Amino acid sequence: MTEHILRMSGITKTFPGVTALQDVNLAVRRGEIHAICGENGAGKSTLMKVLSGVYPHGQYDGEITFEGRRCEFGGIRDSEHAGIVIIHQELALCPQLSIAENIYLGNERATRGVIDWNRTNYEAGELLRRVGLRENPTTTVSDIGVGKQQLVEIAKALSKEVKLLILDEPTAALNDEDSAHLLDLLRGLRDEGITCVIISHKLNEVTAIADSVTILRDGRTIETLDMAVDRVTEDRIISGMVGRALDNRFPPRTPAIGEEAFRIEDWTVYSPSQPGRKVVDGASLMLRRGEIVGLAGLMGAGRTELAMSVFGRTYGVHISGRIFKGGERIELRTVQDAIKHGVAYATEDRKRYGLNLIEDIKRNISAAWLKGLSRRGWVNEYEEYRVAQQFRGSMNIKAPSVDSVVGKLSGGNQQKVVLSKWILTEPDVLILDEPTRGIDVGAKYEIYMIINRLAEQGKAVLVISSELPELLGLCDRIYTLSEGRVTGEVPREEATQERLMYLMTKGQE
Amino acid sequence: MTSIAGLRDLRRRTVPPKYIPVLVTAGLFLAMFVAGGIRYENFATGQIILNVFIDNAFLLVVAVGMTFVILTGGIDLSVGSVVALATMLSASLLKDGWPAYAVMALVLVIGAVLGLAMGAIIHYFEIQPFIVTLAGMFLARGLCYTISTESIPIENPTFTDIAQTRINLGGDLSVSPSAVIAVVVVLIAAYVLHYTRLGRNVYATGGSEQSALLMGLPVARTKIAVYTISGFCSALGGLLFAFYSLSGYGLSAVGMELDAIAAVVIGGTLLTGGSGFLLGTVLGVLVLGLIQTIISFEGTLSSWWTRIFIGLLLFVFILLQRVFSGGSRRRTP
Repeated sequence: MTEHILRMSGITKTFPGVTALQDVNLAVRRGEIHAICGENGAGKSTLMKVLSGVYPHGQYDGEITFEGRRCEFGGIRDSEHAGIVIIHQELALCPQLSIAENIYLGNERATRGVIDWNRTNYEAGELLRRVGLRENPTTTVSDIGVGKQQLVEIAKALSKEVKLLILDEPTAALNDEDSAHLLDLLRGLRDEGITCVIISHKLNEVTAIADSVTILRDGRTIETLDMAVDRVTEDRIISGMVGRALDNRFPPRTPAIGEEAFRIEDWTVYSPSQPGRKVVDGASLMLRRGEIVGLAGLMGAGRTELAMSVFGRTYGVHISGRIFKGGERIELRTVQDAIKHGVAYATEDRKRYGLNLIEDIKRNISAAWLKGLSRRGWVNEYEEYRVAQQFRGSMNIKAPSVDSVVGKLSGGNQQKVVLSKWILTEPDVLILDEPTRGIDVGAKYEIYMIINRLAEQGKAVLVISSELPELLGLCDRIYTLSEGRVTGEVPREEATQERLMYLMTKGQE
Repeated sequence: MTSIAGLRDLRRRTVPPKYIPVLVTAGLFLAMFVAGGIRYENFATGQIILNVFIDNAFLLVVAVGMTFVILTGGIDLSVGSVVALATMLSASLLKDGWPAYAVMALVLVIGAVLGLAMGAIIHYFEIQPFIVTLAGMFLARGLCYTISTESIPIENPTFTDIAQTRINLGGDLSVSPSAVIAVVVVLIAAYVLHYTRLGRNVYATGGSEQSALLMGLPVARTKIAVYTISGFCSALGGLLFAFYSLSGYGLSAVGMELDAIAAVVIGGTLLTGGSGFLLGTVLGVLVLGLIQTIISFEGTLSSWWTRIFIGLLLFVFILLQRVFSGGSRRRTP
């Protein structure tokens, strides 16, 4: 029995309406690399936020014991003081400052309030040597790649005399070479006695590096496995992540599938922020009329990027590939093009990209189809009101009137407004990105009914979702995407969570 | 704190919250008018309000353009300088013997083109409106001095006629042609904002530019259009100012951009864009005008009290906006 550096027991964290964590236990041994695995939304990041004090003591139930002492962190400063440092997926560096300035930000090397730049740069150089980063400490952070920025984050953590280092999806944005280097570095840190907790979707990395793994599902701890003792394989982890029964959460439907409606061939998209990185790599998809097709993939697999680059090139650079609609080649250069060709895209982030929250329901519904509701630039307000009323009825939007401000509606009703807006444009192809994210169970059922109805009307629907049960319950066919590539196409009959998860975590090799 | 809670309560129970800032401004205007009527003799007459319109016609027109810009979430600092440039251009061209109507047309076109250029730079180079219009402000002000550093009087008969004409409204009431022009501009603008696709796009762009883009709305065209409208309104405001002062001077309308912004904000338009009404802007200009009138009636107060009152009012209105938008903002982080 080795000593535990960290014990979290009985952690429960609720948000209004949802229980994110329920009675979660986590025990990390001193000097090990401990992986945390789970589907999107299983509660991994929430757990780490509880640990690092982002959710201060009092906002959750349960107990944290670190280095044998009970901890009640009031904020990130407290947890860092105790020696716990978390490195988030989105790196928290100031791009305009130098590497050394970033490392000592908030922790400046100073004598009597005056910063000692020689000491700052010298000590930063030492830290960079420790993490194996050959860069001058005075280099500006925006001038180095993401892989190196990740190393700067780790150097920053080392400068705080870290005892427990938490990395949230550290390799999600890295290429293979940088990932391998990072994993080597973590092994090195372990040998120096630093304990690491790593959250990762890449199961091959987990099996390669971790000493033990804790699996979360639906906000609960499922099991903790010792890699050496239990001889854990990727399949073993997958079955722990998805082992959940399907109940009757989906409305019945008899599919009536017609001829081909929409096809994407050899679609490649490069990242606009990291030159040279392919976010979507040679993807090909096909949708038929009346068919509901799923697109599964873990975070960072390129699902949204694929959809948005197709929808009027609203994401990405150097986009190449071919789009066919009803067998005919089309070009969708702008959103207006896409609407004109009957393609609609409902975004995953409806609050930021899908709605004008300070505007009312009717103006949100009409926004994408003002052309059809106006003549020579004058909007027919009567018609607009009538259309909005009609959608309020048919979509069952629960609001006092169509003049209600959208920002005040519940998530489910907001989503219905988004769907109304796109249905009004009379599309033949609908791409729905996370259509039920942040929506309660009852409203989810209604959204599924709407999706079924759209398919019945002969439209082709592509549903992007992080929830595998949702895809299994809804779709006729499911594509899997991993690291920007289509790694599989599974018909409904053959689809299981294990099969999909296997395809979704399939690496490039 | 109880008064803030009371205000929130009021918001919940009554009309849609987006109308409340306008109603507050309207209430304030009425209160000032009534208070003035009680305190001073000969104050509570219709002509007092009409005089506010007459004396502030140019500001009203400029503020209309500013409303468009602010509704998209932008800002236009160049308006005061463009007003000065318009008076300067008119005065010097009229002195050279140009026909009055040709001068007016040319001035309006130049104003619109200046606005168009600034809008295009803001959109295509993704530079903050603050910086671009600040540059426009210096440019237009500088151009005034290349025409002349002195004040140029306007003696053109068309201009002097317009300046001296008073349109009788029956009773003892009368207005200037400038005030009529300003009201017509307000009506057209209100109609455009409320009933046209351009108007919708203005609100949608200000509400959330990213989602407007993903809805296929012509964000680029809209942003360029509002700066063009603002440039046009500034030039028209400059013409009205020329009618009012019958001269062109490079130092006129210094700081008018800030008066226009103050009027728009007091009128309840959100500086972040997407919410507000033209009626609010009209009320904002009237409130500013009425403050000046009251101070002149008081007689003993120096005119700097106008600034002090405007300053206090702005504080109050910004706080009001915070209170009314605060609730929803907290719910949608």
